Amino acid sequence: MSATMKVEVVSPEAVLYSGEATMVITRTLGGGEIAFQPGHAAFLGALTQSHTRVFLADGSTEDIAVHGGFVEVSSNKVSILSDTAEIASQIDVDRARAAKERAESQLRGEHDANAVAALGRANARLSAAGVQV
Amino acid sequence: MAGGQERILRGRIKSMQATKKITRAMELIAGSRIVKAQQRVQAAVPYSEQITEVVKDLAAAGGSSDSPLLLGRDEIRTTCYVVISADRGLCGGYNAGVQRAAEGEIKADTLGGKDYRIVTAGRKAEGYFKFRNYNVAASFGGFSDSPSYDNARDIAQAAVAMYESGEVDRIELVYTRFITPGSQEVVLRPLVPLTTEAIQGGDGKAGSTDGSGGDYEFEPDPSTILDTLIPRYVEARVYAALLNAAASEHAFRQRAMKSATDNAEELINNLSIVMNRARQDAITTEIMEIVGGAEALGSGKSSTAQYVDLLGESPVPAAQHGDN
Repeated sequence: MSATMKVEVVSPEAVLYSGEATMVITRTLGGGEIAFQPGHAAFLGALTQSHTRVFLADGSTEDIAVHGGFVEVSSNKVSILSDTAEIASQIDVDRARAAKERAESQLRGEHDANAVAALGRANARLSAAGVQV
Repeated sequence: MAGGQERILRGRIKSMQATKKITRAMELIAGSRIVKAQQRVQAAVPYSEQITEVVKDLAAAGGSSDSPLLLGRDEIRTTCYVVISADRGLCGGYNAGVQRAAEGEIKADTLGGKDYRIVTAGRKAEGYFKFRNYNVAASFGGFSDSPSYDNARDIAQAAVAMYESGEVDRIELVYTRFITPGSQEVVLRPLVPLTTEAIQGGDGKAGSTDGSGGDYEFEPDPSTILDTLIPRYVEARVYAALLNAAASEHAFRQRAMKSATDNAEELINNLSIVMNRARQDAITTEIMEIVGGAEALGSGKSSTAQYVDLLGESPVPAAQHGDN
């Protein structure tokens, strides 16, 4: 199991992560979590907010909060395109927690698509930052 | 009088030096920002390159979509121009170039019996077109130095909403493309509908290697992916245009401020020469006056009598004559 594949997480403003990895787990729109390993068949998917994990060759993992976007797998390369994505170390945990509380209290009152999306984002951030939700 | 002129010149030189300091500072600031703006243009390339790749793969895999953004309309009646300019002036012909290009297209459309709408990014274009009573549908501003992706999203959403509601049949981007710090060009690029040439005409280097294409798995189905992908693609295009425009703005401003600094320097030199000459003149005149005065005093003692003699009995009648 020394096979690796190239992984790239790209946002419009920067390349967040680029390197070799053994596995990537992310979440597609309506399809649940999906994992990619080296040699995966060509795949194209739309993503939802998720805590995306990139398992590196040296056994460590890179946690990234991805808020929607796309994943393309072809010729042993996984590209995740997202208009907003954050690496775990860049996540402001306090802010995410506050956002989660705000969204939850709003949802207790009425159902609001924006609040649901905000809650999803906050959860993805907190999970990627390694905070118990 | 001569001294007065010298003082005026000294004042002008001083104000010129103050102006030069300001233009020099602006030149240096713009120069340092070009580098940053250029890096942001570079940083945006991978995303736009890959999203183009995904669109192409989807199209190659037969992912057809009913999205109006992709289909286009048979009859083009109204065109929306997204004009990207700066928020501030003092950048040479930067704003004028974009505005002229957009205005030319609009005049051609009007002559051809077609309608138009304008969406402006940057306060300068907004002021220009509103003042001339053009049909400005929406304006954005306050971010031309360093646009963020959110700004691009706002602009793209406003323009796409107009397209989807049928208010406009096509969207064109007018902006200044950044090639090198020494050369930029005003370009007009089709944004919506997305034709194959529009996809390949992006600012990111269009991917030439056509992977394997074909055998993709999709989740969810290709049409749904395409429907969510296309708005992102339009946003990425607008974002790339904004970044290009920002880098160009800094390059134009640096150039304009450099020539302003050079001009100020030249003026200061010329004025210093004039001032020195005026001062020398004043000194010469003063010396002449002193010499003349001394001579008059020195020779006066011996010649007073002769002088009075020449006039007649006394100098008084001569003074009376002068009064008349």
